[in-house]
Amino acid sequence: MFKTKAGVNALVLAAALSVGGAQLAHAAEADFELKNVDFSFEGPFGTFDRGQLQRGYKVYVESCAGCHGIDYLAFRNLGEPGGPEFSEDVVSVLAEEFPRQVTDGPDETGEMFERPGTPPDRLPPPFPNEAAARAANGGAYPPDLSVIAKARAGGPDYIYSILTGYEEPPADVEMRPGQYYNAYFPGHAIGMPPPLDDGLVSFDDGAPETLDQYAKDVSAFLMWTAEPKLEARRRLGFEVMVFLIIFAGMMYFSYKKLWRDVEH
Amino acid sequence: MSGHHPTSELEHPVARWLDSRLPIISAMKAQFIDFPTPKNLNYFWTFGGILMLMLVVQIISGVVLAMHYTPHVDRAFESVEMIMRDVNYGWLIRYIHANGASMFFVAVYIHLARGLYYGSYKAPREVLWGIGVIILILMMAIAFMGYVLPWGQMSFWGATVITNLFSAIPLVGAPIVEWLWGGFAVGNPTLNRFFSLHYLLPFVLAGLVFLHVWALHVPGNNNPTGVPVKTPKDAIPFHPYYTVKDGFAIVCFIIFFAFWVFYAPNYLGHADNYIPANPLVTPAHIVPEWYLLPFYAILRAIPSKLGGVIAMFAALIVLFFLPWLDTSRVRSGAFRPMFKVFFWIFVAACIGLGYLGAQPAEGIYIVFARILTIYYFAHFLVVLPLLGIFETPRPLPNSISEAVLKGQGGSATVPAGAASAPEKRG
Ligand code: HEC
Ligand code: HEM
Repeated sequence: MFKTKAGVNALVLAAALSVGGAQLAHAAEADFELKNVDFSFEGPFGTFDRGQLQRGYKVYVESCAGCHGIDYLAFRNLGEPGGPEFSEDVVSVLAEEFPRQVTDGPDETGEMFERPGTPPDRLPPPFPNEAAARAANGGAYPPDLSVIAKARAGGPDYIYSILTGYEEPPADVEMRPGQYYNAYFPGHAIGMPPPLDDGLVSFDDGAPETLDQYAKDVSAFLMWTAEPKLEARRRLGFEVMVFLIIFAGMMYFSYKKLWRDVEH
Repeated sequence: MSGHHPTSELEHPVARWLDSRLPIISAMKAQFIDFPTPKNLNYFWTFGGILMLMLVVQIISGVVLAMHYTPHVDRAFESVEMIMRDVNYGWLIRYIHANGASMFFVAVYIHLARGLYYGSYKAPREVLWGIGVIILILMMAIAFMGYVLPWGQMSFWGATVITNLFSAIPLVGAPIVEWLWGGFAVGNPTLNRFFSLHYLLPFVLAGLVFLHVWALHVPGNNNPTGVPVKTPKDAIPFHPYYTVKDGFAIVCFIIFFAFWVFYAPNYLGHADNYIPANPLVTPAHIVPEWYLLPFYAILRAIPSKLGGVIAMFAALIVLFFLPWLDTSRVRSGAFRPMFKVFFWIFVAACIGLGYLGAQPAEGIYIVFARILTIYYFAHFLVVLPLLGIFETPRPLPNSISEAVLKGQGGSATVPAGAASAPEKRG
């Protein structure tokens, strides 16, 4: 009788829209379209590609670790389920062979000392503090990459776009020394020299040794460092959803049965 | 509370013994099992129960987070990330808490819109409504302080912008802001007190919810017709009828909640909050969480700082006076043809304000924000008082049962999320 069907739909739409508003706020920030990579971990059932994460770690160590830390990552994480899943022995070797040693101590004489990494250690940072990092990078600060994939709109697509987005600056744009033109960096002048090039890192699994492949692999790897529980989350989510939908169905039929004789 | 169930009806001797000394069992039975409830409530009435659930979810997940969280400017960001990585199911608990806050506000706004549409604020429910408004304001304060805790860029800058509002107060503004900060800028003392209050206030909220339910159980529920329960035929016991019906709707809501937690846990948040707080770098746009955006738009719409602050608080305070601003003698919007139109315009205005709150405060956005701010207040201060005088309401049914028999009862058979009428089509 009352024409409130439209009303209900409008209210549901209202809720959806007000939620959508938050996203509009993000979208407003990027004034250009990012490159879109088809990563294996996209979609509700997506998982990481182990080979890709293993290659991504290698690219990180050989091309990025000199400037960027991944402070929240421990070597042991590299062997845990849902990640690159290196074997236990390999994790120990990777910890030991990491280009920097771990600072430990104090020892019995009160001195700090350096020792090779072990699986429980977190990856040792490249610089002792921000000032040292800036001094080594012409004033620019190479951010920690632990959660960078969640800290930038576009996530892994953004990282890929940055890494493959170096170009000759347009004729009318003047670059200051130590700055590089990047089509995807806000303002286009980035303080990071192009870190990747074809053939820079060697792979033993037959994957192409190209800039494009490196960029994809390291972007996927950084997505994993930002969301190391992504696979567990989606797996549990699926189980929870199945349970809830069956539960809702049972509640619905109980409700129907109970209310059958009530005029309402 | 009214209507205690007699102790003598209890079967178990221990229950009888306890109940004759503290009539808690019979009170529970009277208030939550036998409580007479209109039989024509639609799914919009479920949101009260959903809000209760969300408060419990936030408190439980929050207490567990607090076991692992470190309220220190050098440690807070890292401790949250460690919760996500090293605490068993820490990622789940944190995503439940962060998205739970959003779900809490989804539910409270629908709950509020339900009250506005069906006139639930009118006599004899003015006190119930007023407590609800206090709950809304407190929820906003709690959520704002919670958002500061992970100590990302938006945490820091959001706290800076909002605490700075108090500097608009003439004469004492600056000292008040320093007092709030516990220093000369947002810093470690600020984070510590926000954590303390963020832990405390949800329990104050729980106390207010108790009063809210108490005030509800004096007159009983409103219903889609707005006509009070007149005979026992109009009502049914809360249990099992509404426990099962609400239970179904609540499970549907949990599915909606779980979708965000498991499949889009960071969608509702801002990417900048994964950058550790840095007092030296101001983000390009400082935006609050989505649920505060309409009020943020009102704040920025007014050209003077003090004016903006007053308007923002007034937008909430005006709700207290609603029972007296609405002059119509008819309670439910379902019988008010003109009110209905204005109700939806008002909802659209609020969504518009929410959209504008996320945009930069410049150019055409600010013009629209001003128009919608004026409309927001006009709805309460001009439209509602006049509607009661000029509108001709439709004839009311004599009772809920009569309305139900005519197919006007107002109870829906499908949840609000599904595309179906809340009232049965006649
Ligand atoms: C020579 C040092 C150096 C190397 C090697 C390096 N970077 Fe950078 N990187 C920087 C600096 C400096 C910045 C800060 C740039 C700025 O803010 O202008 C930066 C910034 C970034 C950013 C953030 C951009 C933003 O939106 O703020 C990302 C992502 C990034 N680097 C990824 C990488 C990856 C992946 C690698 C390895 C393939 C790498 N970097 C190698 C120095 C380096
Ligand atoms: C009304 C109920 C509550 C609401 C609406 C609420 C809201 C929030 C919000 C929005 C955040 C920020 C989440 C993020 O983005 O990371 C947060 C964080 C937090 N809350 Fe609450 N909260 C509530 C109750 C509680 C309670 C009762 C406790 C403790 C007993 C608590 C403890 C915490 C802690 C430790 C954090 C920091 C961890 C984090 O940021 O994930 N909360 N809260």
